[in-house]
Amino acid sequence: MQLGNLMINYEEAVAMILFAIGFSNLLLQKNLIKKIIGLNIMDTATYLFLALKGYITGRKAPIVVDGVQDVAAYVNPIPSGLVLTGIVVSVSVTALMLSLTIRLFRRYHTLDLDEISLMLKKEGR
Amino acid sequence: MEFVRNFPFISIVLSLFSGPLSSVLNGKWARRVNYFVLCVLGAMQASVLAYVLQTKGAFVYTMGHFPAPWGNEIRAGVLEAFMALFFCIIMLLCMIGGVKEREKEIEPGKQNLYYIMTNLLLCSLLALIYTNDLFTAYVFVEINTISACGLIMIKQNGRTIEAATRYMIMSLLGSGLFLLGICFLYDLTGHLLMSNIKEAVAGLVSTGQYQNPLMISICIMCVGLAIKSALFPFHTWLPDAYGYSTVSSAAILSSLVSKGYIFLLVKIFYRVIGFDIISNTKIINILFVFGIAGMIMGSVGAIMESNIRRMIAYSSVAQIGYIYMGFGLGTTAGMIASIYHIFSHAATKSLLFIAGSGITDCSDGNVNFKKLDGAGYRNKLAGLAFTVGSLSMVGVPMFSGFISKMFFSQAAIGHDVKLLPTLIALAISTILNAVYFMKTVIRIYIPVKDTVGRENYRNIKMREDPLKSAALILLIILNFILGLNSEPIIRFIESGLKMFS
Repeated sequence: MQLGNLMINYEEAVAMILFAIGFSNLLLQKNLIKKIIGLNIMDTATYLFLALKGYITGRKAPIVVDGVQDVAAYVNPIPSGLVLTGIVVSVSVTALMLSLTIRLFRRYHTLDLDEISLMLKKEGR
Repeated sequence: MEFVRNFPFISIVLSLFSGPLSSVLNGKWARRVNYFVLCVLGAMQASVLAYVLQTKGAFVYTMGHFPAPWGNEIRAGVLEAFMALFFCIIMLLCMIGGVKEREKEIEPGKQNLYYIMTNLLLCSLLALIYTNDLFTAYVFVEINTISACGLIMIKQNGRTIEAATRYMIMSLLGSGLFLLGICFLYDLTGHLLMSNIKEAVAGLVSTGQYQNPLMISICIMCVGLAIKSALFPFHTWLPDAYGYSTVSSAAILSSLVSKGYIFLLVKIFYRVIGFDIISNTKIINILFVFGIAGMIMGSVGAIMESNIRRMIAYSSVAQIGYIYMGFGLGTTAGMIASIYHIFSHAATKSLLFIAGSGITDCSDGNVNFKKLDGAGYRNKLAGLAFTVGSLSMVGVPMFSGFISKMFFSQAAIGHDVKLLPTLIALAISTILNAVYFMKTVIRIYIPVKDTVGRENYRNIKMREDPLKSAALILLIILNFILGLNSEPIIRFIESGLKMFS
């Protein structure tokens, strides 16, 4: 029964698995670039989930071109709008994270956050 | 008077646009614009507060005049207006308290960047306080994170960049979870406006549909905001970020940024889910347990720390534990105590950070606890301010910390299971607070005996940095107001919470 539900809603299950992969990468990876990749996977998984939930099979985007004004012919545009907003947010945070990574790499010539912490401890201040 | 209804929106937009304006000004003018904007915003919030008190009810401002389920909304009640006014005041005091340090620590020519960040930060805080829309709240949470990261790394050295990176990583984990929670809730209810979601959630609970997804989405949002506001197991970025950034940044971050997220959580409890539903779930028990763990572990961390700035930062972990413990009690009295503690901690922690910088300045920039002896004599005002802040944190009567501790214990009484853990944790935490704060206060009032390595110590008079002295005096007064005159504030909080629902 439970497994059956999982099979019917397999897209959502995929989105959640991707979210978990991204989350654990962002949390556990030592390499900063891999962390950023994890961040992007996590955010994209959320957008996948939103897009899936916003789509109804057989309906079109809500742009009236052929005179059909029936609500049942179109999907709700808000989830797509949310995805767009989310993408803008995620682009800006990714840019900020990458610039921080560049600064750290120029100073310490490594991408490993733990090694950087060790070096900072040795600098001692 | 009707025009006052526009003020919340105008204040958000004003602080948003003063950011780009600062980018084309030089440092001095950017600073002046920043002070001016902060004063104007403070006056606006005060008039909103007066208006709301006069009409005795919250008002809703529809953006672009689109009606409820479609348009975006701003909502202002007593608590929102009071919180916004308080944030503006604390922000202004933090900014004027750290001018000298900023001039020293920020690269010349980059001064104006700092003001862009603070203006954006204030904009996002006001938006978090006033918004009635969950997705707008998410967007401003991210703006808040980005500008807070800028505040940490504006002082360029390896420590701050590393701290900013760690801060970003933890914050992004939190906001990812928060976004996912909002998506779940949007799928379940079909709305993004808080009042509409509340109706839909009440319907779901009464019919018993989708109980598990609902609980999971609430839980995910709570965890996300708890990570962002540095509740105990997620606090690892905090000491570095507060301890090595410039003074105003540390004060603003500890007293405002984390409080913005906590206030958003309060709004979610009251305006999105409904307090009755929240207080019947097991989520608050988890918040309670981690809050108590934070109270103890934060203080233990502070005791083991010899760097005075990091010690104050660890104390923040403990205080945030207090706030979550109050949420965990699951009663209105507990919420009132927690919200009061937000005010009291914001006033005290900014005072401590600014006083701490005064103490280290007169000790040749040493932050090590052992080298601070006699600082209270060399810089009298900073010593006094640090003593006041410490007494308030420990919870001595007359100071604001005492009132919040009293309300916490009053809220715990009447709770059969959580009474004992709360009182024991409060007692232990008070003793631990006293250990590290009183140790420092005694240390700064011990006369210097051994002058080796202390040749550069100098006396700092009040007139040397008049702005910082003014900020310290005003913060001390604010602390006394909160401590001696808590009655009207508690009434504000009570009526504000009533207006929430």
